[in-house]
Amino acid sequence: MTNRQTDIQHHISDDLLDAYRTGTLPHAFSVVVAAHISLCDECRARHEARDMIGGALLAGAGTAAISSGARDRIMAALEAPPPPPAPRGSGVFPAPVMAELGGRPPRWRMLGGGIRQQILSADREGSLRLLYIPPGKAVPEHGHRGLELTLVLQGSFADSEGAFRRGDVETAHDDIDHQPVAGPGEPCICLAATDAPLRFHAMLPSLLQPIFRI
Amino acid sequence: MTKELSDLSRDLIAVRDLRDREAFGRLFDYFAPRLKAQLLRSGLRDGSAEDVVQDVMLAVWHKAAQFDPHRADAAGWIYGIARNRRIDLARRKPLSQPEEMPELPSVEPDAGQVLALQQEAEHLAAALARLTPEQAEALRAAYFDEIPHSRISEMTGLPLGTIKSRIRLGLDRLRHELRSIAP
Repeated sequence: MTNRQTDIQHHISDDLLDAYRTGTLPHAFSVVVAAHISLCDECRARHEARDMIGGALLAGAGTAAISSGARDRIMAALEAPPPPPAPRGSGVFPAPVMAELGGRPPRWRMLGGGIRQQILSADREGSLRLLYIPPGKAVPEHGHRGLELTLVLQGSFADSEGAFRRGDVETAHDDIDHQPVAGPGEPCICLAATDAPLRFHAMLPSLLQPIFRI
Repeated sequence: MTKELSDLSRDLIAVRDLRDREAFGRLFDYFAPRLKAQLLRSGLRDGSAEDVVQDVMLAVWHKAAQFDPHRADAAGWIYGIARNRRIDLARRKPLSQPEEMPELPSVEPDAGQVLALQQEAEHLAAALARLTPEQAEALRAAYFDEIPHSRISEMTGLPLGTIKSRIRLGLDRLRHELRSIAP
């Protein structure tokens, strides 16, 4: 079980929450939203309030007749063993991140400068990775072509948009060219989702990007 | 209807704590026809809709331990399970789910909070009825039919900004009327 936070300053937007709820958000971003809700009581309440609206509308909604054997079938099915439980949160990683990790600790890959990453998923819709940044180190300056969501899981980072601590989400659109620097103290571990490959300015020539997949 | 809703939450608590099959049967009788109608409206055929209803209600039985009446009423909680199941039908990967809230067995149920939430859930229907027809329609499309904002805009021919502002104004108004609703 992971700790929830009460002093979160940077939340997910209404648009992202609604897109998550309708299932239209690409997988990488959905994981960030689910992980943020895991840590943020306020956004969990926003999410649950929307389900309460759905529930209230269900009460007044129409009905459709259920076939005659359905009730007996489900009563018999109650005897079946329950499905295996979803992975639980562990350490700094909330349950949705542990699910992406397959229930195992991260297997970091060194990127140079003490920075590590593990790619959790990557497809045409977007990519999701964990980043590990030593205190005081900068993530190389990068722009990105689309949306980038970054959720802090441990430590902190700061950039032109402000300071981000555990549970905070930075929502960066393609107009932001930012240079996050990890705060002092613990290494910064964050979960980052993008819908396009990052464009690093300094660290790697863009030709190498497909190879390193960053 | 007021009494009916609180009976549903009581039945769900009986399923959670006592694995009460009769109480589950009552939940099935109430929710299955409503969930099926919703699925048919979203375009599923009769047999598939009923299969999904079975999946949802079986999940209600297995996940009942997670029902917390401090945080949700039965209708809202079951609606959430149904929404997730419906979404996963259309997705390549199942929708990533938030961590379950920790169970705190040492904490006594706070009867006042449970009752307050229950009452607000009951007032919600009335508060929805007091919205303007435009706001009510926008909230229904967004939070019952679960249609993406862009698609609502296409379907109604209204600009996306208009759809978004109707949803926000509707949520704001509900929040003013109901303390525990936090849109």
